[in-house]
Amino acid sequence: MIYHNSRLRADVFEKPEMVPTRDGFGKGLVEAAEKDERIVALCADLTESTRMHWFAEKFPERFIEIGVAEQNLATVAAGLANYGKIPFIASYATFSPGRNNEQIRTTIAINNVPVKIVGSHAGVSVGPDGATHQALEDIALMRVMPNMIVLSPCDAEEARKATIAAAAWNDPVYIRLAREKTPVMTTSETPFKIGKAEVFWESDDPQAALFATGPLLYNALAAAKELEEDGIGTIVLNSPTIKPLDEQAIVAAAKRTGAVVSVEEHQIAGGFGSAVAELLAQECPTPQEFIGVRDSFGQSGNPQELIAHYGMDVLHIREAVRKAISRKSA
Amino acid sequence: MTLHDEKLKELEEKANAIRETIVEMLVEAGSGHTAGPLGMADIFTALYFHVLNHNPANPEWEERDRLILSNGHIVPVRYAAMAHAGYFPLEEVMTLRKFGSRLQGHPERERLPGLETTSGPLGSGLSQAAGYAYGARMDKKKFRVYCLMSDGEQDAGNTWEGALFAGKYKLENLTAVIDRNNIQIDGNTETIMPLEPLSDKYRAFGWHVLEINGNSIREFVDAVEEAKAIFEKPTLIVAYTIPGKGVKEIEGDYLWHGKPPSAEEGKKFLRELRTLGGKIQSEHE
Repeated sequence: MIYHNSRLRADVFEKPEMVPTRDGFGKGLVEAAEKDERIVALCADLTESTRMHWFAEKFPERFIEIGVAEQNLATVAAGLANYGKIPFIASYATFSPGRNNEQIRTTIAINNVPVKIVGSHAGVSVGPDGATHQALEDIALMRVMPNMIVLSPCDAEEARKATIAAAAWNDPVYIRLAREKTPVMTTSETPFKIGKAEVFWESDDPQAALFATGPLLYNALAAAKELEEDGIGTIVLNSPTIKPLDEQAIVAAAKRTGAVVSVEEHQIAGGFGSAVAELLAQECPTPQEFIGVRDSFGQSGNPQELIAHYGMDVLHIREAVRKAISRKSA
Repeated sequence: MTLHDEKLKELEEKANAIRETIVEMLVEAGSGHTAGPLGMADIFTALYFHVLNHNPANPEWEERDRLILSNGHIVPVRYAAMAHAGYFPLEEVMTLRKFGSRLQGHPERERLPGLETTSGPLGSGLSQAAGYAYGARMDKKKFRVYCLMSDGEQDAGNTWEGALFAGKYKLENLTAVIDRNNIQIDGNTETIMPLEPLSDKYRAFGWHVLEINGNSIREFVDAVEEAKAIFEKPTLIVAYTIPGKGVKEIEGDYLWHGKPPSAEEGKKFLRELRTLGGKIQSEHE
């Protein structure tokens, strides 16, 4: 059942409100900027699409249009941060942190200046735009970067909180967002802290732990509910922070259940599941199944059919849980 | 702030001392770039000993002029100038490129106060300088931002993105300098990827452009003064320099772009520098 301390919305399984995580970012940015006038925002010709336009309308003198130039986006922001501003830079994740990866590495991460990189349109759920616009590598690119914090909020409300927390964090931060409307699960009461994972679901006798990041958390919760109805108990851990991983929470859940499934809308190679596997291999070797995209690019389609095609729907998650449990040694 | 003759002579001697330090540190390091640092010694001397409003005892002083070195590979000249200016003890230059040194092979902001940014990968400095200048203008700060670039990094798209940006936002507090020495690692710039007409390109991007002899401290100081009087535009100083300047046998040779002198060559170079090209008797022999 839903873990009481998670303070999720009561209607989460009935008729959840559908809002894209990018909306939560847009709201959070305005809230953070109202409190801290050092915050500036830069966009590479995708201001409305990344929901930076709410900031631009409210604080026109603190908004900087860069044009279609993502390398410039990162490096102008590095200069601003070095001077003393707190810049948020927004584009699609394939372009930033994709196209400008080296600029982020040298001028933001090695420099260790507080630029907040916001990559929208992550995952195949971008839909009809196709593979060129569906970022499936951004977590890998950013989590190998020293000094970088990597956040992947599960819904619009969490994206709002993540944005506010990122603004107050003194290091470079990457925030991963999605285009598509997804269920709002959390409330203003749901705990959120950079570096912390939270239990959202806990059955009485859990046999497996699901570690999920981003909006696919909803599918993990739905799978957990169906599995519980089938007599298979699980824990679902929401991991909005991919780096630094909440090692304590993940190891504890792995030890308790002895079988884990990672869930993310990203390449399996180098993503969130890989981070979990790196941790568990050292601390508590545990059978693990990976939900994610397996060494392939996306394609055009509607989000639901793409999620199913690439094996990230509720059905595939349920199967992965059963498989992980079956791999436990006797 | 035009130079009187006595001050000019003093600066030229300082530039020579900085060249000596560069040769000594490169020999000791056993790797690194020679031609660029020697070619830019005059401009760095002018900056650290005349142009910049700075405080070596307080490198983080908020009102300081910002000097962004985009082509990080010529950083030995910056380290040498900073040491001579009193940012750190002169002996420390001999740690260049060694384990544990604050003087990394390419400059890192967090290791040595006063570097302003991390650089080496080419093409990213102009945008960073533009970001500094933009932020400073937002806060009505009076300091100026200087960005030093190589001509080789004019190949990079990021450079031109920065040039467009600075032109659009009319960053009059930004002065960029291109070390126009015509060499890059693989050969001459006009063979590798022709840049001319370079000045016209920047003018077309909304810049005020000046061309000077980059080995003339007086011309550089005059150009910087002119830039301060230009409003509504960033200024670019195209500084024609001789790579390897000060050591006749390597001047203009692109093969000296990316290698250090051997111990033997170092001795020879130093002899030449210490006699100011044979003009004075060496006292170090």
